[in-house]
Amino acid sequence: MHIMEGFLPVAHAVGWTAVAAPFVVLGGRTLVRTLREHPEQRLALGAAGAFVFVLSALKLPSVTGSCSHPTGTGLGAMAFGPPAMAVLGTMVLLFQALLLAHGGLTTLGANVFSMAVAGPWVAWAVWRSSRRLGAASAVAVFLGAALGDLATYVVTAGQLALAFPDAQGGIAAAFAKFAGIFAVTQVPLAVAEGLLTVVVVNALTARGVITEVRA
Amino acid sequence: MTNRILLAMAVLVMAAPLLLGIDGEFSGSDGQAQAAIAATGYRPWAQPLWSPPSQEVESLLFAVQAALGGLGLGYVLGRRRR
Repeated sequence: MHIMEGFLPVAHAVGWTAVAAPFVVLGGRTLVRTLREHPEQRLALGAAGAFVFVLSALKLPSVTGSCSHPTGTGLGAMAFGPPAMAVLGTMVLLFQALLLAHGGLTTLGANVFSMAVAGPWVAWAVWRSSRRLGAASAVAVFLGAALGDLATYVVTAGQLALAFPDAQGGIAAAFAKFAGIFAVTQVPLAVAEGLLTVVVVNALTARGVITEVRA
Repeated sequence: MTNRILLAMAVLVMAAPLLLGIDGEFSGSDGQAQAAIAATGYRPWAQPLWSPPSQEVESLLFAVQAALGGLGLGYVLGRRRR
């Protein structure tokens, strides 16, 4: 899901930065307030950030014969709400842009929107509605994490389709092309992320680091 | 017990492409998208400020990233409660 440095036209790079920025600013405020009112949540927040660090560093093979990486943002979105993840995700993306030449500063806005905004919100919405519909806690966590992971890559494919429409088929054909690269490869990784997220949520809950994730 | 089964399932899902002997170059999807964009004739207008000088250094930094995350997660999960 990393769009590489310079690989979005200027207007798109600026546009996505403008779209993502308010989420990061509001997320930062929410985070500061949460930590002031509930300092004991520091540990849980650290765990959620650490989970993103680990998962987004792992490039895993997929059945399509390509490699891709999970995002890890669903866990924190369910434990803290999506706003906090805009901040944590941005920190990870900055680390990767500056030290790994993975992603970039000009494309940071677009990458933040897909991985730190869209993914977490989808994860949270799926998890919450699954709970409302009566799904068991673990099932809801699995679905939220897996679909949030997948959503990040679908959004990236959409961003690239908007920026690079196909000469004949337009945006739809370009979306099919980029989704073919990203989304199919991502399906097994999303399943793996869902399973790992359930394990970590179980472990954190058992140790009282997070209270039962509420819906 | 449930956690162990779930972990084993996750490992199986991640290892399946290799165990099944699937053909492919296993290149990164990010790089493939980059190539697909370059194929449209687009030229990037910015370069990374700094790039790891080799594949080895890049994999080192990815390992550092994973290790930092693992350290953080391990600290929280393994901490002795007071």
